[in-house]
Amino acid sequence: MSSSAGHTHHGEAHQKPLVGSMGVDSRKLGLWAFIGSETLFFATLILTHLIFYARTTNTLSSVGALELLDPRLGYLAIELTTVLATLLLASSLTMVLALAASKARDWKRFRFWQLATILLGASFVGGQIYEFIHLYHEGLKLAPAYEMHLSHEAYKALSALNIDPSIVRLKEAGEHATALVPSLFGVTFFVMTGFHGLHVTIGIIWLIAIYVKVLRFPESPENPMDIELGGLYWHFVDLVWVAIFTLIYLI
Amino acid sequence: MAIAEQKLTSTAPTTSESFQWRSWLATVDHKKIGIIYIISAFVFFIIGGIEAMLMRVQLGTPNNTFLSADLYNQLFTMHATTMVFLVVMPMNVGIGNYVVPLMIGARDMAFPRLNAFSVWLFLGGGFLLYLSFLTGGATNVGWFAYAPLTQTQFSPGQGVDYWILGLGLTGVASIAGALNFIVTVLNMRAPGMTINRMPLFVWMNLVVSFILIFAFPTFTVASIQLLFDRQFGAAFFNPALGGDAVLWQHLFWFFGHPEVYILILPVMGMISEVLPVYSRKPIFGYSFVAFSGVGIGFLGFIVWAHHMFGTGMGPLANGFFAAASMVIAIPTGVKIFNWIATMWGGDVRLTTAMLYAIGFISMFIIGGISGITLASPPIDLQQTDSYYVVAHFHYVLFGGSILGLFAGAFYWFPKMTGRMLNEKLGKVQFWLMLISMNVTFFPMHFLGTEGMPRRIYTYESGMGWEMWNFIETIGTFFLAFSVLLFIYNVLVSLRSGEVASNDPWDAATLEWVVPSPPPSYNFLHIPQVTSRRPLWDAKYPHSTADDHHGEKSAPSQIRYEYSHEDSPGAKEIHMPTLTYMPMVLSSGLTVAALGFIYINQAILGLPMRVASYVFIAIGFVMVFYAIRGWVLDSRRDSPYLGHH
Repeated sequence: MSSSAGHTHHGEAHQKPLVGSMGVDSRKLGLWAFIGSETLFFATLILTHLIFYARTTNTLSSVGALELLDPRLGYLAIELTTVLATLLLASSLTMVLALAASKARDWKRFRFWQLATILLGASFVGGQIYEFIHLYHEGLKLAPAYEMHLSHEAYKALSALNIDPSIVRLKEAGEHATALVPSLFGVTFFVMTGFHGLHVTIGIIWLIAIYVKVLRFPESPENPMDIELGGLYWHFVDLVWVAIFTLIYLI
Repeated sequence: MAIAEQKLTSTAPTTSESFQWRSWLATVDHKKIGIIYIISAFVFFIIGGIEAMLMRVQLGTPNNTFLSADLYNQLFTMHATTMVFLVVMPMNVGIGNYVVPLMIGARDMAFPRLNAFSVWLFLGGGFLLYLSFLTGGATNVGWFAYAPLTQTQFSPGQGVDYWILGLGLTGVASIAGALNFIVTVLNMRAPGMTINRMPLFVWMNLVVSFILIFAFPTFTVASIQLLFDRQFGAAFFNPALGGDAVLWQHLFWFFGHPEVYILILPVMGMISEVLPVYSRKPIFGYSFVAFSGVGIGFLGFIVWAHHMFGTGMGPLANGFFAAASMVIAIPTGVKIFNWIATMWGGDVRLTTAMLYAIGFISMFIIGGISGITLASPPIDLQQTDSYYVVAHFHYVLFGGSILGLFAGAFYWFPKMTGRMLNEKLGKVQFWLMLISMNVTFFPMHFLGTEGMPRRIYTYESGMGWEMWNFIETIGTFFLAFSVLLFIYNVLVSLRSGEVASNDPWDAATLEWVVPSPPPSYNFLHIPQVTSRRPLWDAKYPHSTADDHHGEKSAPSQIRYEYSHEDSPGAKEIHMPTLTYMPMVLSSGLTVAALGFIYINQAILGLPMRVASYVFIAIGFVMVFYAIRGWVLDSRRDSPYLGHH
């Protein structure tokens, strides 16, 4: 295999060889390098979140209020997120099936699995938007403090601890009691998961673009590689969610 | 739309002498893109230099009132930001863009449209950074933008937001460019151009591209977090609200230290091309030079906290980062000794490029040695934030990067323009620049050890700093004069310089096989490479002065047809067609970024916020239009689907 198609002396001499001196498609090589770069992007977001989460829990443990005010226990609904994570992981499977169908040149089957991937991804993003709105109304905001609704017993228990108001500020208005905890948990959580959601959204747009292109030009020999590239990015975005889900929701 | 495409598709002969805007604005040719990078970076070099001179005038005498404190702060911040992000980086990328595909025997970069996107987005970022001077003042918090000074209560204007978004755009441009270099170098090499036969300049561009894609995302995230602090009250880096100011320093320098290798490694690659050619000897210890570059790249990621000894990280962290920083002296020293050994016993020709290369080595040694002293925490605690540090990084960045870039400029100018620069004037300029840079920067060592702090806009008389400050200011004017000499040399040489042959320096690498300047498709026939010095092999097939590795059994096959745009056979070569889409995409992102700067500004009330939404909407419409056009372009240029 000549490294550059331009090496040939015929008319098809073209600048962009499909397979280069590394034996890999250029776009695939570039996408792998890009994924390497994105890994650092998400690593920084996740690390920032973990640093500030650890700081919040340290402060709360030191005053003995962690069990009542841990933002993860108070806010993150593991049930909803497990469903969302399952949807996103399932979309990786359907993506693989779409690629396999395209390699078999079975465009009907490809369209089915590609649409399934798009819909699963969209339902993940929809679920995340629902979660964000829900959390916002619960008191987790893009602000350096979160507000937690307290049961009567919890309020009593916390009042008994006599915590410095700079660490936890308790409020009681009629039936409702709340605790305001200065913490960057909400800030780092929304920025981290928000940027992941943005990547999923971009992935959905990419997959739709591939779908439309394949629909219009089913004869194009480039189709399997186009689908593989979109899939590669899609799997990476799923994998990032596996890391976020494990580190933020499970451990 | 269809009509516009038709127009662009027709491959109009570019032989006409008249200047065509379209051939530049819609270009996807790596050489033209390289030239756009080089010219823009040089313009920013002049601007950054003027900023430096204004500061030197202010500091020339004590208690000076030439500049206000605020303007001085804006100037030193923008001087550093300009020189790092808008001068040295794009100059490296520009020369790399021009030379790397030629050196590896390719007809273009792997992704020509992405390449055009990078250059226009870099210009968009530079435009935003400088627009801030007109919209209420540029950023004045230092190029490192330490928290919490960057928070809105301390920096209420939009200067910091312009800085974040401007550097965000140049960051995306740099990552896109680096991905392009990685794929080009790995995947577009001519047959026989194995990794171990690549010219060292190509090697260093590969290393730097990897550093870039791994270092930049950290800065991108940190600056996005800072934007959230400023626009949405997030408090990532605001200690008063539970944030962490030192975290900013960690994230910034995790990017910022590899960044300095992004600035110097390509220049080291240039030196490694220039020295062997003018010594008529192969580079001494090719593998050592290449792999010490790789080593510097790796080590660059584990030394960032030596910028933070002053924060009090504790003896363990200080010890680790000090030791790791000193270890970098080893691969750097290896390179320096290899360069000296390359000249040793060679048939040295002291051309201007060679003088600059030797100037690079000697000045870089001074900067390197003061760097080693700063790697030691006790010394650093004495010298940090003093003029000693300013002396150090100007010796590695001016004495290193800038002198090296001038070596590259004198070396490759004939290839890029088809004209020789005036050597006599070049040598005068070299000596003037070398002397005046030492007059300007060397006394900073003394001022630093005498306790003069960085980033002060004036100082009392009687501190004992007057004489050296005055001498430095005088030096700056001679430095500026030497740059003017270069501009004069370029303008005169472009018009009436000696016409350059294909290979005016008797060089060894593939860019000297093709005409000066090369045709759009570079090589009529892709060369077959069998050694590290394909052109020397072809010219001197019986020479035995080779060293030992990556060697050939038969000389590289190079066909010297004098080629030009209408050479027989050239019509068969399909190059990607002209397209405005990369520029539209970059402009769209720039317009949207401008909107994001004002997305939450209360000072101008509702109208400004509405304007910001309008900007963002227009920007995204441009982005989607351009992406659609880009996809259609790529379909038209596809080897399977196009050309019907």
